[in-house]
Amino acid sequence: MERIVIIGAGQSGAQAVASLRAEGFDGALTLVGDEPFAPYQRPPLSKAYLSGAMERERLFLKPEAFYREAHCDLLLGIAAKAIDRVRKHVRLSDGRELPYDKLLLATGSRVRRCVIPGCDLPGIFYLRGIADVDAMRPHLVTGARLAVVGGGYIGLEVGAVARKLGLEVTVFEALDRAMARAVSRPLSEFYERMHREAGVRFHFNTPVAAFEGTGKLEAVCAGGERYDVDLALVGIGIVPNVELAQQAGLACNDGIVVDQHCGCTSDAAIFAAGDCTQHVGRDGHSTRLECVQNAIDQAKHAALAMVGKPMPYREVPWFWSDQYDLKLQIAGLAWPGDELVMRGNPEARKFAVFHLRDGVVAAVEAVNAAPEYMIGRKLIAEGARVSPERLADTAIHIKNVV
Amino acid sequence: MPKITFIDHSGKGHDAEVPIGWSVMEGAVKNLIPGIDADCGGACACATCHVYVDPAWLPKLPPRSDMEETMLDFAQELQPNSRLSCQIKVTPDLEGLVVRIPKSQH
Repeated sequence: MERIVIIGAGQSGAQAVASLRAEGFDGALTLVGDEPFAPYQRPPLSKAYLSGAMERERLFLKPEAFYREAHCDLLLGIAAKAIDRVRKHVRLSDGRELPYDKLLLATGSRVRRCVIPGCDLPGIFYLRGIADVDAMRPHLVTGARLAVVGGGYIGLEVGAVARKLGLEVTVFEALDRAMARAVSRPLSEFYERMHREAGVRFHFNTPVAAFEGTGKLEAVCAGGERYDVDLALVGIGIVPNVELAQQAGLACNDGIVVDQHCGCTSDAAIFAAGDCTQHVGRDGHSTRLECVQNAIDQAKHAALAMVGKPMPYREVPWFWSDQYDLKLQIAGLAWPGDELVMRGNPEARKFAVFHLRDGVVAAVEAVNAAPEYMIGRKLIAEGARVSPERLADTAIHIKNVV
Repeated sequence: MPKITFIDHSGKGHDAEVPIGWSVMEGAVKNLIPGIDADCGGACACATCHVYVDPAWLPKLPPRSDMEETMLDFAQELQPNSRLSCQIKVTPDLEGLVVRIPKSQH
């Protein structure tokens, strides 16, 4: 019987189990994950799970019965240590050797650590898994002073939850604007304003130089100043988990390199999907994506490739973020130099920024504007050409812009 | 826990008990109801949890939000009783709710 082993029990790993069975794979299936939990959703961790609005049980992507019915062995709390590509074995942290015919690396990513003086003090938190949130939540008490290190998605989502819970929130960002890596300048300015109105303080161009405290975090040093704080949340990005692939000699370049079907790695028996991959996107550029959409879609494509039905990967990436009552939805990938078209008015807390590249819709960033997001996504997929004037004219329904 | 009945495209009913406060979609996923994929996990971003609400139950549900309305525009086989099950929150009033799953989701 053919054996498929999946390393990584996250969004991608769980999707691969479902897709492999749906595509007719009837061999032995094993899912290995180093966390002690069955695959769960990470997006609510910095939102509803952190705020306490969503209990842990609701995070799980599939019930236990799903894995049972899919005849998938779940090996949880166990890490993969090495791949022997000649013997086709994976060595696990419990000493076991797991034979495979095909291997899927869905190893995901981990938080980038802040390596500065004092970085090991208690009271400094990161956010990636259930355990991180469980550790931090008891410290989110009214009146506590929270330093957010890094003004990206995670930092600002946590900041929004913390403000609602009555904490004092100060964001330290090394770059000159909020979410600089993820959104365009008009969005950065809008989100900065919304957070300031909610009482968040910002320090831009201000990397944190050191954490200070005796026995626990007491202060953050940044921009030559010392700020008294009770706790810190560090959200300065993630790094792909490529070490297993690298040690096995697979091609890696800021991610495990996969082919245009997303796909096969440089070993025909080994596939990879999700945050850990480097792939050529629909715009022809090699990229690494950090999002649920890519984790799901690459897993579907990898499953197809593994059962001998490869399909070119042409999906439009999409992302979302919830902060206060603002729903941000993004489709496509923006590039520097895109022509930006504002549709609607940020003052109304409902608008969209379209990115045109040579007149073609390349990306859309929508705030509380679902029609713009959905139509935008469709226009991107179609490579539609639109007139910037019509796009900016809210008297024309977005459905009728093209 | 309110009992909700999901009827698949073949007419077969699947009963599920869903905790109050969860979405109907979460109840379906948790009970392995075929045809409710809910790729996005309830973010109202994928329209893969489309259901038809039994007409008798429609008046008991809060109306569609703008977001849901828009997402449904992109669903296949749209009907007047179409809803996204991730947007229906389970309340004690929904004991016995009946929804049908579109053929396109199988």
